[in-house]
Amino acid sequence: MKLQIASRLAIYAVLELVANPDRQMTVTEISNKFGISTHHLAKVMHTLGRAGLVRSVRGAGGGYQLSSNARRTTLLDIVELFEELGPPGADSNGPGHGSDEAAALDLVLREIDDSARATLGSITLETMRNIIQRTRTRATQ
Amino acid sequence: MPAVQPLIRPARRGDIPAVTALDAQITGIDKATHWQDLYEQKSKAGPPAGVFLVATAPNAGEQLLGFIVGEIRAWEFGSTPCGWVYAMSVSPDARLQGVAAALLDTLAETFRKAGVSKMRTMVARDNPLPLLFFRGEGMMAGPYIQLEKDLL
Repeated sequence: MKLQIASRLAIYAVLELVANPDRQMTVTEISNKFGISTHHLAKVMHTLGRAGLVRSVRGAGGGYQLSSNARRTTLLDIVELFEELGPPGADSNGPGHGSDEAAALDLVLREIDDSARATLGSITLETMRNIIQRTRTRATQ
Repeated sequence: MPAVQPLIRPARRGDIPAVTALDAQITGIDKATHWQDLYEQKSKAGPPAGVFLVATAPNAGEQLLGFIVGEIRAWEFGSTPCGWVYAMSVSPDARLQGVAAALLDTLAETFRKAGVSKMRTMVARDNPLPLLFFRGEGMMAGPYIQLEKDLL
């Protein structure tokens, strides 16, 4: 499965905020860490802020902080802000619409979408932190 | 930090009515015969082939907080022996206190001591609560895909 760039940036940024709960992170700090565009990340952070997942603190030492619960917020909550995960009937106006072949193909594609949705919806930010820790531990072994 | 430090021990025959009641409370289906049969089967097999654990409150009444059932499955479609979590339930009043994690840890330890290196289970993908729990405990998607077919 491939995520859009905005979704990936949002996940990276939010995970960085989860890892630094006691301070505000600037867009520049986050973009430097991941080698990504500051301009693009700023737009992503704005969307996350409007959704209530992060809050911005103005002034000297300001930046972004997580405002959602890392044990309750899932990857799906973030990804759905930036892209649609193939809702049923997404190609209802596509070529072959109405044919038995299109219906059969939709059935198979829906199975893939349901699985992707269930996976993203079952991974919280805290679980992601644990996966990152395990990945680090394995890399150093 | 758990508010209740549960006692984890093997189920006894006298626990089964409370297990049945807890399961019926969660699923809405009374399966008394199923749980009785499962208990007899797991008791006969004994650990690690059959494991039926309960978590109880640390008081004289030993109120049931939750239970877990597991077994070691071997060579299903070529799969090397693995620990299988067959069922698990925690009383709604005892949730978010580490009861399920304590049950799963104890079961995992039983499997580990038996020499198996993988633990698996099956969760409905439209049932977020157990899915989030098992993910939080470090479980990832395994190499098998569960398939089904309408027979009627």
